[in-house]
Amino acid sequence: MKTPIYLDNHATTPVDPRVLDAMLPYFTQNFGNAASRNHEFGWVAEQAVDKARKQIADLIGASAREIIFTSGATESDNLAIKGIAEMYAEKGNHIITAATEHKAVLDTCKKLEKHGFRVTYLPVRGDGLIDLDMLKESITDKTILVTIMYANNEIGVVQPIAEIGKICRERGVIFHTDGVQAVGKVPVDVNRDNIDLMSMSAHKMYGPKGVGALYVRRKAPRVQLTAQMDGGGHERGMRSGTLNVPGIVGMGEACELCRKDMPEESKRLQYLRDKLRNRLETELDEVYLNGSWEHRLPNSLNVSFAYVEGESLLMGINDVAVSSGSACTSATLEPSYVLKALGLGDDIAHSSIRFGIGRFNTEEEIDYVADKLVNVVRKLRELSPLYEMAKEGIDLSKVEWARD
Amino acid sequence: MAYSDKVLDHYNNPRNVGSLDKSSPDVGTGMVGAPECGDVMKLQIKVNDANGIIEEAKFKTFGCGSAIASSSLATEWLKGKTVDEALSIKNTDIVNELSLPPVKIHCSVLAEDAIKAAISDYRAKQAQRTPAAEQTVS
Repeated sequence: MKTPIYLDNHATTPVDPRVLDAMLPYFTQNFGNAASRNHEFGWVAEQAVDKARKQIADLIGASAREIIFTSGATESDNLAIKGIAEMYAEKGNHIITAATEHKAVLDTCKKLEKHGFRVTYLPVRGDGLIDLDMLKESITDKTILVTIMYANNEIGVVQPIAEIGKICRERGVIFHTDGVQAVGKVPVDVNRDNIDLMSMSAHKMYGPKGVGALYVRRKAPRVQLTAQMDGGGHERGMRSGTLNVPGIVGMGEACELCRKDMPEESKRLQYLRDKLRNRLETELDEVYLNGSWEHRLPNSLNVSFAYVEGESLLMGINDVAVSSGSACTSATLEPSYVLKALGLGDDIAHSSIRFGIGRFNTEEEIDYVADKLVNVVRKLRELSPLYEMAKEGIDLSKVEWARD
Repeated sequence: MAYSDKVLDHYNNPRNVGSLDKSSPDVGTGMVGAPECGDVMKLQIKVNDANGIIEEAKFKTFGCGSAIASSSLATEWLKGKTVDEALSIKNTDIVNELSLPPVKIHCSVLAEDAIKAAISDYRAKQAQRTPAAEQTVS
Protein backbone atom coordinates (compact mmCIF):
# COMPACT_ATOMS: atom_id res chain seq x y z
CA MET A 1 0.00 0.00 0.00
CA LYS A 2 1.29 3.43 -0.96
CA THR A 3 0.79 6.64 0.99
CA PRO A 4 -0.56 9.29 0.84
CA ILE A 5 -4.01 7.79 0.42
CA TYR A 6 -6.46 9.77 -1.67
CA LEU A 7 -9.97 9.90 -0.21
CA ASP A 8 -11.04 13.26 -1.60
CA ASN A 9 -12.78 12.02 -4.73
CA HIS A 10 -15.51 14.67 -4.46
CA ALA A 11 -12.89 17.30 -5.16
CA THR A 12 -11.40 15.55 -8.16
CA THR A 13 -10.51 12.09 -9.38
CA PRO A 14 -7.44 10.73 -11.11
CA VAL A 15 -7.72 10.16 -14.84
CA ASP A 16 -8.42 6.49 -15.52
CA PRO A 17 -5.52 5.04 -17.57
CA ARG A 18 -8.06 3.80 -20.13
CA VAL A 19 -9.31 7.36 -20.50
CA LEU A 20 -5.80 8.65 -20.99
CA ASP A 21 -5.14 6.02 -23.68
CA ALA A 22 -8.21 7.16 -25.56
CA MET A 23 -7.13 10.79 -25.37
CA LEU A 24 -3.48 10.56 -26.36
CA PRO A 25 -3.87 10.27 -30.17
CA TYR A 26 -5.83 13.52 -30.18
CA PHE A 27 -2.90 15.63 -29.04
CA THR A 28 -0.26 14.93 -31.65
CA GLN A 29 -1.75 12.88 -34.51
CA ASN A 30 -5.44 13.70 -34.69
CA PHE A 31 -5.02 17.29 -33.67
CA GLY A 32 -7.55 18.76 -36.09
CA ASN A 33 -10.09 21.43 -35.31
CA ALA A 34 -13.51 19.81 -35.10
CA ALA A 35 -14.94 22.86 -36.86
CA SER A 36 -12.70 22.40 -39.94
CA ARG A 37 -15.27 21.04 -42.37
CA ASN A 38 -13.10 20.78 -45.47
CA HIS A 39 -10.31 18.36 -44.68
CA GLU A 40 -9.51 15.01 -43.14
CA PHE A 41 -8.01 16.46 -39.94
CA GLY A 42 -11.22 18.26 -39.12
CA TRP A 43 -13.39 15.27 -39.99
CA VAL A 44 -11.43 12.95 -37.71
CA ALA A 45 -11.71 15.40 -34.85
CA GLU A 46 -15.41 15.93 -35.46
CA GLN A 47 -15.99 12.18 -35.55
CA ALA A 48 -14.25 11.79 -32.21
CA VAL A 49 -16.34 14.59 -30.72
CA ASP A 50 -19.54 13.03 -32.06
CA LYS A 51 -18.62 9.70 -30.51
CA ALA A 52 -17.99 11.37 -27.16
CA ARG A 53 -21.29 13.23 -27.39
CA LYS A 54 -23.03 9.88 -27.82
CA GLN A 55 -21.10 8.29 -24.94
CA ILE A 56 -22.09 11.12 -22.61
CA ALA A 57 -25.71 11.14 -23.80
CA ASP A 58 -25.98 7.38 -23.26
CA LEU A 59 -24.93 7.74 -19.64
CA ILE A 60 -27.81 10.14 -18.88
CA GLY A 61 -30.52 8.90 -21.24
CA ALA A 62 -30.23 11.90 -23.58
CA SER A 63 -29.65 12.22 -27.30
CA ALA A 64 -26.22 13.23 -28.57
CA ARG A 65 -27.47 16.52 -30.00
CA GLU A 66 -28.48 17.67 -26.51
CA ILE A 67 -24.89 17.76 -25.22
CA ILE A 68 -23.10 21.14 -25.23
CA PHE A 69 -19.40 21.03 -24.40
CA THR A 70 -17.94 23.55 -21.96
CA SER A 71 -14.77 24.05 -19.95
CA GLY A 72 -16.28 22.45 -16.87
CA ALA A 73 -19.25 22.49 -14.55
CA THR A 74 -18.74 26.04 -13.31
CA GLU A 75 -19.13 27.26 -16.87
CA SER A 76 -22.08 24.92 -17.41
CA ASP A 77 -23.84 26.28 -14.31
CA ASN A 78 -23.20 29.85 -15.39
CA LEU A 79 -24.34 29.20 -18.95
CA ALA A 80 -27.50 27.40 -17.85
CA ILE A 81 -28.61 29.90 -15.23
CA LYS A 82 -27.58 33.14 -16.91
CA GLY A 83 -28.55 31.83 -20.33
CA ILE A 84 -32.07 30.92 -19.19
CA ALA A 85 -32.47 34.13 -17.20
CA GLU A 86 -31.56 36.19 -20.25
CA MET A 87 -33.66 34.15 -22.69
CA TYR A 88 -36.80 34.10 -20.56
CA ALA A 89 -36.48 37.49 -18.86
CA GLU A 90 -39.69 38.69 -20.47
CA LYS A 91 -41.59 35.73 -19.08
CA GLY A 92 -40.52 36.23 -15.50
CA ASN A 93 -37.71 37.21 -13.16
CA HIS A 94 -37.89 34.62 -10.40
CA ILE A 95 -35.40 31.79 -9.82
CA ILE A 96 -35.53 29.11 -7.12
CA THR A 97 -32.44 27.38 -5.78
CA ALA A 98 -31.30 25.85 -2.47
CA ALA A 99 -29.03 26.98 0.36
CA THR A 100 -26.67 24.03 -0.05
CA GLU A 101 -25.87 24.53 -3.75
CA HIS A 102 -22.34 24.81 -5.04
CA LYS A 103 -20.89 28.32 -5.22
CA ALA A 104 -21.01 28.16 -9.02
CA VAL A 105 -24.81 28.19 -8.70
CA LEU A 106 -25.18 30.41 -5.62
CA ASP A 107 -22.85 33.13 -6.80
CA THR A 108 -24.38 33.09 -10.28
CA CYS A 109 -27.80 33.58 -8.70
CA LYS A 110 -26.44 36.40 -6.54
CA LYS A 111 -25.07 38.08 -9.64
CA LEU A 112 -28.50 37.87 -11.27
CA GLU A 113 -30.09 39.44 -8.19
CA LYS A 114 -28.00 42.51 -8.89
CA HIS A 115 -29.57 42.62 -12.35
CA GLY A 116 -33.14 42.65 -11.11
CA PHE A 117 -33.88 38.95 -10.71
CA ARG A 118 -35.49 37.65 -7.56
CA VAL A 119 -34.00 34.47 -6.10
CA THR A 120 -35.53 32.15 -3.52
CA TYR A 121 -32.93 30.14 -1.59
CA LEU A 122 -34.81 27.13 -0.24
CA PRO A 123 -33.60 25.97 3.15
CA VAL A 124 -32.87 22.26 3.63
CA ARG A 125 -34.04 19.94 6.36
CA GLY A 126 -31.69 18.43 8.91
CA ASP A 127 -30.98 15.55 6.54
CA GLY A 128 -29.91 17.95 3.77
CA LEU A 129 -32.94 17.39 1.53
CA ILE A 130 -35.21 20.18 0.34
CA ASP A 131 -38.89 20.22 1.31
CA LEU A 132 -40.96 19.54 -1.81
CA ASP A 133 -44.02 21.35 -0.43
CA MET A 134 -41.90 24.40 0.14
CA LEU A 135 -40.69 24.19 -3.44
CA LYS A 136 -44.28 24.00 -4.72
CA GLU A 137 -45.28 26.98 -2.61
CA SER A 138 -42.31 29.01 -3.82
CA ILE A 139 -43.18 28.69 -7.51
CA THR A 140 -45.07 31.75 -8.80
CA ASP A 141 -46.17 32.81 -12.28
CA LYS A 142 -42.92 34.78 -12.45
CA THR A 143 -40.74 31.71 -11.82
CA ILE A 144 -38.67 30.83 -14.89
CA LEU A 145 -36.09 28.46 -13.44
CA VAL A 146 -35.57 25.99 -10.62
CA THR A 147 -31.95 24.97 -10.09
CA ILE A 148 -31.36 22.24 -7.51
CA MET A 149 -28.25 20.05 -7.47
CA TYR A 150 -28.55 16.30 -7.99
CA ALA A 151 -26.11 15.36 -5.23
CA ASN A 152 -24.26 17.57 -2.80
CA ASN A 153 -20.49 17.86 -3.01
CA GLU A 154 -19.92 18.12 0.75
CA ILE A 155 -22.38 15.68 2.25
CA GLY A 156 -23.20 13.47 -0.74
CA VAL A 157 -26.94 13.77 -0.18
CA VAL A 158 -29.04 13.02 -3.29
CA GLN A 159 -32.04 15.31 -3.73
CA PRO A 160 -35.44 13.93 -4.84
CA ILE A 161 -34.69 14.95 -8.42
CA ALA A 162 -37.49 13.01 -10.11
CA GLU A 163 -40.07 14.64 -7.82
CA ILE A 164 -38.58 18.08 -8.34
CA GLY A 165 -38.59 17.49 -12.11
CA LYS A 166 -42.22 16.43 -12.02
CA ILE A 167 -43.25 19.53 -10.06
CA CYS A 168 -41.38 21.81 -12.47
CA ARG A 169 -42.87 20.11 -15.52
CA GLU A 170 -46.40 20.41 -14.12
CA ARG A 171 -45.89 24.09 -13.38
CA GLY A 172 -44.16 24.83 -16.68
CA VAL A 173 -40.89 25.90 -15.06
CA ILE A 174 -37.50 25.01 -16.52
CA PHE A 175 -35.48 22.67 -14.30
CA HIS A 176 -31.68 22.79 -14.17
CA THR A 177 -29.63 20.47 -12.00
CA ASP A 178 -25.94 20.52 -11.18
CA GLY A 179 -25.19 16.85 -11.82
CA VAL A 180 -21.46 17.01 -11.15
CA GLN A 181 -21.34 14.61 -8.20
CA ALA A 182 -24.14 12.32 -9.34
CA VAL A 183 -23.45 11.63 -13.02
CA GLY A 184 -21.38 8.48 -13.30
CA LYS A 185 -22.05 7.50 -9.67
CA VAL A 186 -25.81 6.87 -9.66
CA PRO A 187 -28.18 6.14 -12.56
CA VAL A 188 -29.28 9.46 -14.01
CA ASP A 189 -31.99 9.68 -16.67
CA VAL A 190 -32.98 13.11 -17.90
CA ASN A 191 -36.33 11.86 -19.19
CA ARG A 192 -37.29 9.84 -16.12
CA ASP A 193 -36.29 12.81 -13.94
CA ASN A 194 -37.79 15.53 -16.20
CA ILE A 195 -34.48 17.39 -16.24
CA ASP A 196 -34.26 20.26 -18.76
CA LEU A 197 -30.64 21.25 -18.19
CA MET A 198 -27.83 19.45 -16.39
CA SER A 199 -24.23 20.45 -15.67
CA MET A 200 -21.53 17.80 -15.79
CA SER A 201 -17.80 17.67 -15.25
CA ALA A 202 -15.28 15.15 -16.59
CA HIS A 203 -12.75 15.31 -13.78
CA LYS A 204 -15.20 14.11 -11.15
CA MET A 205 -15.61 10.82 -13.04
CA TYR A 206 -12.04 9.83 -13.86
CA GLY A 207 -11.80 12.11 -16.89
CA PRO A 208 -9.51 15.10 -17.43
CA LYS A 209 -9.86 18.56 -15.89
CA GLY A 210 -10.90 21.51 -18.02
CA VAL A 211 -13.80 19.85 -19.82
CA GLY A 212 -17.46 19.57 -18.96
CA ALA A 213 -20.84 19.59 -20.60
CA LEU A 214 -24.30 21.01 -20.32
CA TYR A 215 -27.28 18.89 -21.24
CA VAL A 216 -29.91 21.09 -22.92
CA ARG A 217 -33.29 19.48 -23.66
CA ARG A 218 -34.33 19.69 -27.32
CA LYS A 219 -37.85 18.28 -27.19
CA ALA A 220 -40.84 18.45 -24.91
CA PRO A 221 -40.08 21.17 -24.12
CA ARG A 222 -37.44 22.65 -26.38
CA VAL A 223 -35.19 24.68 -24.08
CA GLN A 224 -33.41 27.70 -25.44
CA LEU A 225 -30.75 29.77 -23.81
CA THR A 226 -28.78 32.88 -24.62
CA ALA A 227 -25.08 32.27 -25.22
CA GLN A 228 -22.83 33.93 -22.67
CA MET A 229 -19.78 34.05 -24.89
CA ASP A 230 -19.70 35.45 -28.42
CA GLY A 231 -17.71 33.92 -31.22
CA GLY A 232 -17.88 31.31 -33.92
CA GLY A 233 -21.27 29.92 -32.94
CA HIS A 234 -20.08 26.45 -32.01
CA GLU A 235 -22.32 24.02 -30.11
CA ARG A 236 -25.55 25.06 -31.80
CA GLY A 237 -24.73 28.68 -31.07
CA MET A 238 -24.85 28.17 -27.34
CA ARG A 239 -21.16 28.02 -26.60
CA SER A 240 -18.57 29.48 -28.94
CA GLY A 241 -14.95 28.41 -28.80
CA THR A 242 -12.83 25.74 -30.48
CA LEU A 243 -13.65 22.37 -28.95
CA ASN A 244 -11.16 20.78 -26.57
CA VAL A 245 -11.02 17.58 -28.61
CA PRO A 246 -8.69 15.47 -26.42
CA GLY A 247 -10.58 16.55 -23.30
CA ILE A 248 -13.92 15.76 -24.91
CA VAL A 249 -12.68 12.35 -26.04
CA GLY A 250 -11.57 11.73 -22.45
CA MET A 251 -14.92 12.80 -21.05
CA GLY A 252 -16.72 10.50 -23.47
CA GLU A 253 -14.56 7.54 -22.56
CA ALA A 254 -14.93 8.31 -18.84
CA CYS A 255 -18.72 8.32 -19.22
CA GLU A 256 -18.74 5.03 -21.06
CA LEU A 257 -16.61 3.39 -18.37
CA CYS A 258 -18.90 4.74 -15.66
CA ARG A 259 -21.98 3.47 -17.49
CA LYS A 260 -20.57 -0.02 -17.98
CA ASP A 261 -19.06 -0.38 -14.51
CA MET A 262 -21.67 1.44 -12.43
CA PRO A 263 -23.62 -1.54 -11.03
CA GLU A 264 -20.48 -3.27 -9.76
CA GLU A 265 -18.53 -0.17 -8.92
CA SER A 266 -21.25 1.42 -6.81
CA LYS A 267 -21.66 -1.81 -4.87
CA ARG A 268 -17.94 -1.95 -4.13
CA LEU A 269 -17.74 1.73 -3.12
CA GLN A 270 -20.75 1.35 -0.90
CA TYR A 271 -19.20 -1.66 0.81
CA LEU A 272 -16.03 0.30 1.55
CA ARG A 273 -17.94 3.35 2.72
CA ASP A 274 -20.20 1.32 5.00
CA LYS A 275 -17.19 -0.44 6.45
CA LEU A 276 -15.49 2.87 7.20
CA ARG A 277 -18.60 4.22 8.90
CA ASN A 278 -19.17 1.05 10.91
CA ARG A 279 -15.61 0.95 12.17
CA LEU A 280 -15.62 4.61 13.20
CA GLU A 281 -18.95 4.31 14.95
CA THR A 282 -18.11 1.09 16.79
CA GLU A 283 -14.63 2.09 17.86
CA LEU A 284 -15.39 5.69 18.86
CA ASP A 285 -18.20 7.39 20.74
CA GLU A 286 -19.96 10.56 19.64
CA VAL A 287 -19.42 10.23 15.91
CA TYR A 288 -22.25 11.93 14.01
CA LEU A 289 -23.28 11.35 10.42
CA ASN A 290 -23.99 14.53 8.46
CA GLY A 291 -26.83 14.30 5.96
CA SER A 292 -29.31 11.60 5.03
CA TRP A 293 -27.94 8.07 5.02
CA GLU A 294 -30.66 6.71 2.79
CA HIS A 295 -30.48 9.37 0.07
CA ARG A 296 -26.75 9.44 -0.50
CA LEU A 297 -24.09 8.76 -3.10
CA PRO A 298 -22.52 5.32 -2.68
CA ASN A 299 -19.01 6.73 -2.26
CA SER A 300 -19.73 9.51 0.18
CA LEU A 301 -19.37 9.82 3.95
CA ASN A 302 -19.39 12.99 6.03
CA VAL A 303 -19.06 12.64 9.77
CA SER A 304 -18.34 14.87 12.74
CA PHE A 305 -16.12 13.74 15.56
CA ALA A 306 -17.52 15.74 18.47
CA TYR A 307 -15.06 17.70 20.66
CA VAL A 308 -12.25 17.41 18.11
CA GLU A 309 -11.42 20.26 15.72
CA GLY A 310 -11.25 19.30 12.05
CA GLU A 311 -7.94 20.80 11.10
CA SER A 312 -6.08 19.21 14.01
CA LEU A 313 -7.69 15.94 12.97
CA LEU A 314 -6.41 16.34 9.41
CA MET A 315 -2.96 17.06 10.81
CA GLY A 316 -3.02 13.73 12.61
CA ILE A 317 -3.87 11.86 9.43
CA ASN A 318 -1.50 13.77 7.21
CA ASP A 319 -0.93 10.83 4.88
CA VAL A 320 -4.64 10.69 4.11
CA ALA A 321 -6.17 13.26 1.77
CA VAL A 322 -9.65 14.27 2.94
CA SER A 323 -11.50 17.57 3.48
CA SER A 324 -12.78 19.21 6.63
CA GLY A 325 -15.79 21.44 7.13
CA SER A 326 -13.70 23.48 9.52
CA ALA A 327 -12.49 26.79 8.23
CA CYS A 328 -9.74 27.41 10.70
CA THR A 329 -7.39 28.14 7.83
CA SER A 330 -9.57 30.88 6.40
CA ALA A 331 -9.64 34.37 7.81
CA THR A 332 -13.37 34.24 8.49
CA LEU A 333 -13.35 31.27 10.89
CA GLU A 334 -16.73 30.43 9.36
CA PRO A 335 -17.25 26.70 8.97
CA SER A 336 -18.98 25.11 5.97
CA TYR A 337 -22.19 26.87 4.92
CA VAL A 338 -23.58 23.52 3.76
CA LEU A 339 -23.27 21.96 7.21
CA LYS A 340 -24.69 25.10 8.80
CA ALA A 341 -27.68 24.91 6.44
CA LEU A 342 -28.38 21.46 7.93
CA GLY A 343 -28.73 23.19 11.28
CA LEU A 344 -25.43 21.94 12.68
CA GLY A 345 -23.83 24.08 15.36
CA ASP A 346 -20.54 25.70 14.41
CA ASP A 347 -18.71 23.49 16.89
CA ILE A 348 -19.88 20.25 15.30
CA ALA A 349 -19.34 21.68 11.80
CA HIS A 350 -15.74 22.45 12.79
CA SER A 351 -15.39 18.75 13.70
CA SER A 352 -16.46 17.34 10.35
CA ILE A 353 -14.54 15.29 7.81
CA ARG A 354 -15.65 14.44 4.28
CA PHE A 355 -14.56 11.11 2.84
CA GLY A 356 -14.93 10.56 -0.90
CA ILE A 357 -14.08 6.99 -1.85
CA GLY A 358 -13.07 6.37 -5.43
CA ARG A 359 -12.47 3.76 -8.11
CA PHE A 360 -8.85 3.20 -7.11
CA ASN A 361 -9.22 2.89 -3.34
CA THR A 362 -8.71 -0.54 -1.77
CA GLU A 363 -10.09 -2.19 1.34
CA GLU A 364 -6.60 -2.17 2.82
CA GLU A 365 -6.55 1.62 2.49
CA ILE A 366 -9.93 1.98 4.15
CA ASP A 367 -8.76 -0.15 7.09
CA TYR A 368 -5.58 1.89 7.39
CA VAL A 369 -7.58 5.13 7.43
CA ALA A 370 -10.02 3.78 10.02
CA ASP A 371 -7.16 2.63 12.30
CA LYS A 372 -5.44 5.93 12.02
CA LEU A 373 -8.54 8.02 12.61
CA VAL A 374 -9.56 6.08 15.68
CA ASN A 375 -6.12 6.64 17.19
CA VAL A 376 -5.98 10.32 16.36
CA VAL A 377 -9.50 11.06 17.59
CA ARG A 378 -8.75 9.30 20.88
CA LYS A 379 -5.54 11.26 21.27
CA LEU A 380 -7.15 14.60 20.46
CA ARG A 381 -10.02 13.93 22.84
CA GLU A 382 -7.47 13.36 25.59
CA LEU A 383 -6.35 16.86 24.70
CA SER A 384 -9.82 18.34 24.42
CA PRO A 385 -11.22 20.44 27.27
CA LEU A 386 -14.65 20.06 25.64
CA TYR A 387 -14.54 16.27 25.80
CA GLU A 388 -13.49 16.49 29.44
CA MET A 389 -16.35 18.86 30.25
CA ALA A 390 -18.86 16.73 28.38
CA LYS A 391 -17.71 13.67 30.31
CA GLU A 392 -18.20 15.63 33.54
CA GLY A 393 -21.80 16.10 32.46
CA ILE A 394 -21.50 19.80 31.61
CA ASP A 395 -23.90 21.01 28.91
CA LEU A 396 -21.54 22.85 26.57
CA SER A 397 -24.36 24.85 25.01
CA LYS A 398 -25.02 26.48 28.39
CA VAL A 399 -21.42 27.50 29.07
CA GLU A 400 -20.61 31.23 28.95
CA TRP A 401 -17.58 31.21 26.68
CA ALA A 402 -15.01 33.94 27.02
CA ARG A 403 -14.92 35.52 23.57
CA ASP A 404 -12.63 38.22 22.33
CA MET B 1 -0.74 24.41 4.89
CA ALA B 2 2.78 23.50 5.86
CA TYR B 3 3.48 23.45 9.58
CA SER B 4 6.81 24.31 11.14
CA ASP B 5 8.80 21.51 12.72
CA LYS B 6 8.17 22.99 16.17
CA VAL B 7 4.41 23.03 15.67
CA LEU B 8 4.55 19.43 14.48
CA ASP B 9 6.67 18.46 17.47
CA HIS B 10 4.22 19.99 19.97
CA TYR B 11 1.29 18.45 18.10
CA ASN B 12 2.86 14.99 18.07
CA ASN B 13 4.28 15.22 21.61
CA PRO B 14 2.21 17.76 23.48
CA ARG B 15 3.80 18.78 26.79
CA ASN B 16 1.93 18.97 30.07
CA VAL B 17 -1.43 17.71 28.93
CA GLY B 18 -3.94 17.31 31.71
CA SER B 19 -5.91 19.00 34.41
CA LEU B 20 -5.23 20.30 37.91
CA ASP B 21 -7.79 20.57 40.69
CA LYS B 22 -9.54 23.79 39.78
CA SER B 23 -11.02 24.18 43.27
CA SER B 24 -7.61 24.22 44.91
CA PRO B 25 -6.63 27.72 46.15
CA ASP B 26 -3.12 27.51 44.68
CA VAL B 27 -4.40 26.59 41.21
CA GLY B 28 -5.39 29.24 38.66
CA THR B 29 -7.55 28.21 35.70
CA GLY B 30 -7.95 30.10 32.45
CA MET B 31 -10.46 29.00 29.83
CA VAL B 32 -10.60 31.07 26.67
CA GLY B 33 -12.13 30.80 23.20
CA ALA B 34 -15.41 29.26 22.14
CA PRO B 35 -16.32 26.00 20.41
CA GLU B 36 -18.12 27.76 17.54
CA CYS B 37 -14.92 29.68 16.78
CA GLY B 38 -13.04 26.39 16.54
CA ASP B 39 -10.69 27.08 19.48
CA VAL B 40 -11.02 26.51 23.22
CA MET B 41 -7.98 26.55 25.48
CA LYS B 42 -7.89 25.55 29.12
CA LEU B 43 -4.66 26.45 30.85
CA GLN B 44 -3.93 25.84 34.53
CA ILE B 45 -1.09 26.84 36.80
CA LYS B 46 -0.18 25.64 40.28
CA VAL B 47 1.74 28.22 42.26
CA ASN B 48 4.04 27.55 45.21
CA ASP B 49 2.63 29.64 48.04
CA ALA B 50 6.01 30.20 49.66
CA ASN B 51 7.96 31.64 46.71
CA GLY B 52 5.27 32.53 44.13
CA ILE B 53 6.84 30.29 41.52
CA ILE B 54 4.68 28.34 39.06
CA GLU B 55 5.42 24.72 39.88
CA GLU B 56 3.09 23.09 37.46
CA ALA B 57 1.26 24.07 34.30
CA LYS B 58 -1.26 21.94 32.43
CA PHE B 59 -3.37 22.46 29.34
CA LYS B 60 -6.11 21.02 27.25
CA THR B 61 -6.96 22.52 23.86
CA PHE B 62 -9.71 22.04 21.30
CA GLY B 63 -8.39 23.64 18.16
CA CYS B 64 -6.06 23.41 15.21
CA GLY B 65 -2.46 22.21 15.43
CA SER B 66 -1.15 25.73 15.94
CA ALA B 67 -3.53 26.27 18.85
CA ILE B 68 -2.40 23.01 20.42
CA ALA B 69 1.25 23.93 19.91
CA SER B 70 0.79 27.47 21.28
CA SER B 71 -0.77 26.22 24.50
CA SER B 72 1.69 23.36 24.86
CA LEU B 73 4.58 25.81 24.48
CA ALA B 74 2.97 28.19 26.98
CA THR B 75 2.90 25.51 29.66
CA GLU B 76 6.60 24.83 29.08
CA TRP B 77 7.45 28.49 29.47
CA LEU B 78 5.27 28.99 32.53
CA LYS B 79 6.93 26.34 34.64
CA GLY B 80 9.59 27.80 36.93
CA LYS B 81 8.54 31.41 36.35
CA THR B 82 7.04 33.66 38.99
CA VAL B 83 3.53 34.89 38.36
CA ASP B 84 4.86 38.35 37.48
CA GLU B 85 7.41 36.92 35.06
CA ALA B 86 4.67 34.83 33.46
CA LEU B 87 2.69 37.95 32.70
CA SER B 88 5.51 39.15 30.49
CA ILE B 89 5.01 36.30 28.00
CA LYS B 90 3.67 37.88 24.81
CA ASN B 91 1.86 36.31 21.91
CA THR B 92 4.61 37.54 19.58
CA ASP B 93 7.12 35.40 21.50
CA ILE B 94 4.95 32.37 20.70
CA VAL B 95 4.59 33.41 17.04
CA ASN B 96 8.36 33.67 16.70
CA GLU B 97 9.18 30.46 18.53
CA LEU B 98 6.68 28.39 16.51
CA SER B 99 7.06 30.32 13.22
CA LEU B 100 3.29 30.74 13.00
CA PRO B 101 1.95 32.09 9.71
CA PRO B 102 -0.29 35.21 9.77
CA VAL B 103 -3.56 33.21 9.65
CA LYS B 104 -2.53 31.46 12.86
CA ILE B 105 -1.60 34.49 14.94
CA HIS B 106 -4.97 34.29 16.69
CA CYS B 107 -3.81 30.98 18.21
CA SER B 108 -0.92 32.74 19.94
CA VAL B 109 -3.23 35.54 21.09
CA LEU B 110 -5.50 32.95 22.60
CA ALA B 111 -2.56 31.36 24.43
CA GLU B 112 -1.55 34.72 25.88
CA ASP B 113 -5.16 35.31 26.93
CA ALA B 114 -5.21 31.88 28.58
CA ILE B 115 -2.07 32.68 30.59
CA LYS B 116 -3.55 35.99 31.73
CA ALA B 117 -6.88 34.37 32.59
CA ALA B 118 -5.17 31.65 34.64
CA ILE B 119 -3.11 34.21 36.54
CA SER B 120 -6.05 36.47 37.24
CA ASP B 121 -8.04 33.48 38.49
CA TYR B 122 -5.16 32.56 40.78
CA ARG B 123 -4.86 36.13 42.05
CA ALA B 124 -8.59 36.41 42.63
CA LYS B 125 -8.44 33.27 44.72
CA GLN B 126 -5.50 34.62 46.69
CA ALA B 127 -7.26 37.95 47.27
CA GLN B 128 -10.29 36.14 48.59
CA ARG B 129 -8.10 34.07 50.79
CA THR B 130 -6.19 36.96 52.38
CA PRO B 131 -9.14 38.87 53.88
CA ALA B 132 -10.59 35.59 55.04
CA ALA B 133 -7.31 34.74 56.76
CA GLU B 134 -7.19 38.19 58.36
CA GLN B 135 -10.73 37.78 59.60
CA THR B 136 -9.87 34.59 61.45
CA VAL B 137 -6.91 36.32 63.04
CA SER B 138 -8.96 39.27 64.24
